[in-house]
Amino acid sequence: MITKRIIPCLDVRDGRVVKGVNFENVKDVNDPVELAKFYSAGGADELVFYDITASNEGRNIFTDVLKRTAENVFIPLCVGGGINTVDDFKRVLDCGADKVSVNSGALRNPDLIDAAARLYGNQCVVISADVKRVNGEFRVFAKGGREDTGREAISWLKECVDRGAGEICLNSIDTDGVKQGFDLPMLKAVTDVTNVPVIASGGAGKIEDFITLFKENPKVDAGLAASIFHFGEVDMHDLKLELYKNDIPVRL
Amino acid sequence: MVAIIDYGVGNLFSVQASFKAIGANAVVTNDINVINEADRILLPGVGAFKDAANKLRESGLDQVILNEKEKPILGICLGMQLLFDRSFEYGENEGLGIIPGDVVEIEVPNLKVPHMGWNALDIKCQSPLFKYIKSGDCVYFVHSFHAVNCSENVLATVEYGADITAAVQKGNVFGCQFHPEKSGEAGLNILRAFCEMEVEK
Repeated sequence: MITKRIIPCLDVRDGRVVKGVNFENVKDVNDPVELAKFYSAGGADELVFYDITASNEGRNIFTDVLKRTAENVFIPLCVGGGINTVDDFKRVLDCGADKVSVNSGALRNPDLIDAAARLYGNQCVVISADVKRVNGEFRVFAKGGREDTGREAISWLKECVDRGAGEICLNSIDTDGVKQGFDLPMLKAVTDVTNVPVIASGGAGKIEDFITLFKENPKVDAGLAASIFHFGEVDMHDLKLELYKNDIPVRL
Repeated sequence: MVAIIDYGVGNLFSVQASFKAIGANAVVTNDINVINEADRILLPGVGAFKDAANKLRESGLDQVILNEKEKPILGICLGMQLLFDRSFEYGENEGLGIIPGDVVEIEVPNLKVPHMGWNALDIKCQSPLFKYIKSGDCVYFVHSFHAVNCSENVLATVEYGADITAAVQKGNVFGCQFHPEKSGEAGLNILRAFCEMEVEK
């Protein structure tokens, strides 16, 4: 039986993890490679590296970080941030990434999804969307959730899947940072109409939030979080053990 | 030395890195002389079957694999699918025909395709490849097509609506549908076992 995936997300700027804090057993938590090794050893099923650098120099540092991670960590790596062209896909795939997540780049140029899926396969193209409720509808936001695109989210995600996106990472701006649980109604709206894997993002505050997520919506494939893992509020191994005890299939 | 065959499909960075991580010497090569010098061969592959099969034939590397009866050979993902008679991905295409069987699209009601994620191995037949792993160990899959009509050579399956062929063996030739290089410790243990296999004489 396929297992539910738990995915820590690392925001990387200038070669360092942003928001990393302290773990007793990790010598340098702000080093993405060390943190990735720590999560992998703890049972993370996949890692997302999010490149939040703006400069070209920072971009080169990021690809170097990615390479060093792929040399040391043997679980799937998804990379996002600054992906605007198929050349950007190639740049990160050549460094050991397995999947590439597109967000604003796809909103600006939806053909990017078709082109990347043709070149690298659907499984390689993850559409990431920052979604927020506006006037009673789900609206897609761009530029890290700062700009309302005016696009209705469910139709946008359907279009992305039709164009070749093989996975959806749905980040609810409404629940992000609130730590009161994932956005179940928003997730249901998406899983009801799509048939590709869906990663839930935004809102996890404790272990129970993951149990509720997978119990309430069996069509969700993975749960993603950042700070609760970085701050040690949720331990990866404890989380997976609790999921297992609650009859949710996980890799232990 | 492990020769990782480079025939122009997919990215071999992680495959090479995973061998390095277990202390094995692995080279990425399309040089027939280097492959002949190696004591084992890895056939990787990501992408479409037809394109990969054509590239393998055009490079002449298909003959190297077909003629090798002693060294352990391991095909990964599409590299495993290429070992079979034929695939029905975008029409019917001939494979290497080393292992009898067909590659067809996964059709499972109410389940998502591609079959993507970690799934638990059900080991059907003991093999030197599984020296360090056991049934229940999870490995990482990403695929939309799977091998069928090959029960004689199946080493392991996983459950995804139906039994999906996860690993096969015929003589010195092995295949994994999953990605050992992305399957954490279990995956590295499979590669370790592959590197420790005796070369049949």
